[in-house]
Amino acid sequence: MATSASAKLSKAVKQQYMSLPQGDKVQAMYIWIDGSGEGLRCKTRTLDSEPKSIEELPEWNFDGSSTYQSEGSNSDMFLIPAAMFRDPFRKDPNKLVLCEVLKYNRKPAETNLRHCCKQIMSMVENQHPWFGMEQEYTLLGTDGHPFGWPSNGFPGPQGPYYCGVGADKAYGRDIVEAHYRACLYAGVQICGTNAEVMPAQWEFQIGPCEGINMGDHLWVARFILHRVCEDFGIVASFDPKPIPGNWNGAGCHTNFSTKEMREDNGLKAIEDSIERLSKRHQYHIRTYDPKGGLDNARRLTGHHETSNINEFSAGVANRGASIRIPRSVGQDKKGYFEDRRPSANCDPYSVTEALIRTCLLKEEGDETIDYSK
Amino acid sequence: MWGSTQYFAFLVDKVFFFFFFFFCSVVKMATSASAKLSKAVKQQYMSLPQGDKVQAMYIWIDGSGEGLRCKTRTLDSEPKSIEELPEWNFDGSSTYQSEGSNSDMFLIPAAMFRDPFRKDPNKLVLCEVLKYNRKPAETNLRHCCKQIMSMVENQHPWFGMEQEYTLLGTDGHPFGWPSNGFPGPQGPYYCGVGADKAYGRDIVEAHYRACLYAGVQICGTNAEVMPAQWEFQIGPCEGINMGDHLWVARFILHRVCEDFGIVASFDPKPIPGNWNGAGCHTNFSTKEMREDNGLKAIEDSIERLSKRHQYHIRTYDPKGGLDNARRLTGHHETSNINEFSAGVANRGASIRIPRSVGQDKKGYFEDRRPSANCDPYSVTEALIRTCLLKEEGDETIDYSK
Repeated sequence: MATSASAKLSKAVKQQYMSLPQGDKVQAMYIWIDGSGEGLRCKTRTLDSEPKSIEELPEWNFDGSSTYQSEGSNSDMFLIPAAMFRDPFRKDPNKLVLCEVLKYNRKPAETNLRHCCKQIMSMVENQHPWFGMEQEYTLLGTDGHPFGWPSNGFPGPQGPYYCGVGADKAYGRDIVEAHYRACLYAGVQICGTNAEVMPAQWEFQIGPCEGINMGDHLWVARFILHRVCEDFGIVASFDPKPIPGNWNGAGCHTNFSTKEMREDNGLKAIEDSIERLSKRHQYHIRTYDPKGGLDNARRLTGHHETSNINEFSAGVANRGASIRIPRSVGQDKKGYFEDRRPSANCDPYSVTEALIRTCLLKEEGDETIDYSK
Repeated sequence: MWGSTQYFAFLVDKVFFFFFFFFCSVVKMATSASAKLSKAVKQQYMSLPQGDKVQAMYIWIDGSGEGLRCKTRTLDSEPKSIEELPEWNFDGSSTYQSEGSNSDMFLIPAAMFRDPFRKDPNKLVLCEVLKYNRKPAETNLRHCCKQIMSMVENQHPWFGMEQEYTLLGTDGHPFGWPSNGFPGPQGPYYCGVGADKAYGRDIVEAHYRACLYAGVQICGTNAEVMPAQWEFQIGPCEGINMGDHLWVARFILHRVCEDFGIVASFDPKPIPGNWNGAGCHTNFSTKEMREDNGLKAIEDSIERLSKRHQYHIRTYDPKGGLDNARRLTGHHETSNINEFSAGVANRGASIRIPRSVGQDKKGYFEDRRPSANCDPYSVTEALIRTCLLKEEGDETIDYSK
C-alpha cells in the first residue's frame, strides 16, 4: 500500500463540501519553516474579508514547542506575514500566507533565514539580482521507497528516464502536472518542469525572481508540492541523496545574474564573481544545505553530474563543475551563471544571501559581516 | 446424509467464506460500507427541486451528555427565525434519557443554522430537551447556562473554544495508522503537511466549509501533535452562543466523517502512552479584560479560579473528572489534574496567559483544563460563576430561587 489511507477517502464527497459558498469569510493558511530548517508547517484562520495586500494580514502565533522551536514553558512564537499567494487548494478568495517566525522576544527564530536575507537584498537593490532555482525532488511511497520502483528491487539503470515519456520511464507525472497548474494559479513564478535522471525523480524551476522573491516563491512552491503529494497519497522528498550507489542525487542548481552581467560584456562581471566564489568555497558549502554541508557530502561526490565537495571548479558547459557557465553565455559574452552546489533541501534564503555577500558585497574569508551594526 | 459431491461443495463453500472473511480482516476495512455507496447516485436525488417544502433537522444531546441525535421534519415554508420552529418530541427511552413507560421528551428549538448537507433552504435546529414534566433533562445543561449568561450580559463575556479530536477508522484504530503498529513518534505532525504527516485533511477541509456555510463561527483549524488528531476553533462567541455553535460544529463533524466513512472521537485520551490527549482549551474574556489594563481583571479571575479547582474539574468533562484523569497527567502539554497552576505562555499550566496579553496588559486568558468531550454549556457556565458571579467553594448557587 504505497499510497496513504487519506488518499482513498472519497474525493467526490470532498468536492461537494468544497463547492459550498463561504459568504464573505476568507480562509488564510499561514505557512512557516519549522525548527529543522527544512520542514513546513501550516494552520488556518478565518478572516472577515479578502485581504488585498500583505499589510492587511494580522500577526499570529503558534506553539513552538511542537515544531522543534521552543520549550513548553515559554513556547509562544510569532508568525509575521511576509508573502501572500492565491490558494490553489481552497481557491479564491482564500490565501496562502508565507510567514517569518520570531521568538518570544521578537528576534528572528534560528531557522528564520529570511530576515537577514531581506536585509542583504535591500543593500543591493540597484544591481537587480535575478535568481532561478532548479528544484529537484524524489517521489516516495508512504513506505519510504521511491514511487513506482519494484518493492523489493530496483528499476533498470539510469539512462532512459531523463525527460522520458511512457509508463516505463516516467513515474508519477500526475503530481508534476498538478503541481505546475497549482503554482501558476497561486502566482508562484514557475518557469518549467522535466523528468530527472533517476526514475521517480523530477525537477521544477522557479524564476526569474529578483531579490527576496526567490526564497519566497521557492518555499511556497515546495509547500504546494507537499500538499499536492498529500492529496495523491505519496510523499515528496528533498533529500539530496535518497538512494545510495549508482543513482543521482537531488540538487537545487541556482542561476544568478545582475543587471551588469545581463548587459553587453557582462561576462567580465560573471568571471569576477566566479573568481570571488572560488576563494570562498567552504563558506558556501556551509550555507548550501541545512546541516552545514553534511547533507551535501552524501551528494557532491564528483560523480553523477556533481562536483566534488572538497574542490571548487568552474567551466563553460561543464556539469561536473561547481559553477557552470552556459555555452550561450560564453558565446554572447553576457547573461548569467549556474551554481550547481546547493542541495535539494537547501534554504533558498541562505543560498541567495551567500551569493550576494560574496559576489556583490565582495566579502571574503569564513566570517560574514553584520551590516545592521 | 450427504453424498460425497454435496459434501465437497459444502466444504468448498466454507473454505471460500473463511478466506473471504480472513481477507477482509487483513485488508482492514477502515471506512464504512455507507461510504462506498454511489455518491453520483445520491447527487442525482439531492439535486431534485423540493418546491416550497423545507427540511428541518432537529438535533439534541442524548442521555450520555456526549452523544448527538437528530431527526427531520418537513415544514411548509422556510423559517426565518427560531420562533417559527415548532416544538417537537421524541422517544427518550431510546436515547438513555427516560423509561419506556413514560418516554416522551420534548424538543425545544434553541438555535437555527443553514444545513450544509441538504443546503438552502433546509435548516439544522439545535434543541433543548425537556422531560415529560417540562423540566430540563439531566443532560440539558443549556437551560441553566442560559440563565447564568443572562445575569452577566452587560459584561459581554466572550469565549473561544479549541476543539481537538481524533479520526478513527470504523475499526476503532486511529485513521491512517498502520493496522498492526504505530506511526513514528510525535514531532513532525503538528501543523504538518504531506501524506506522511497529515492524516485525513479532507475531513478538516470539508468540515471548515460546511461550518462557514452553516453560519457556525469557525475561526481556524490546524493539525495536532498526534497523527490523525486535528483541531478546530469556534469563536469569538458571546454568552450562550458558545455552547450552541460548538455543539453544532461537533454535529457537523460527525456528519462529515460519516459521509467519508470514518469516525471522529472526542475521547480525551484515545491512545494511552506517549501520545497526546485531546482537550478543549477555552479562551475567555469580558469587556473589562479586553480594555486597557484589563490584565488586572484577568489576574483577579485567575485568583478566583485557583481556589475552586475541584469544582471546575468536575464540570470540565461529562464524568465529573474521571475522563480528564486519563488526560491531565502533567505531560504532553497538560497540567496535572490534582494541581492548579497559571503562567504566561506556559502550556504546562492549568491557565495560560498568552504572551501578547502579558505584553499589552489586556486581552483574555486560556483555561487548558476542559476535555475534548466536555459540555461547553457546563464549561462556560462554570467560568461565569467563578469569575463574574464570584462564587466560592464546592457548591453552586441556584439564582432562580
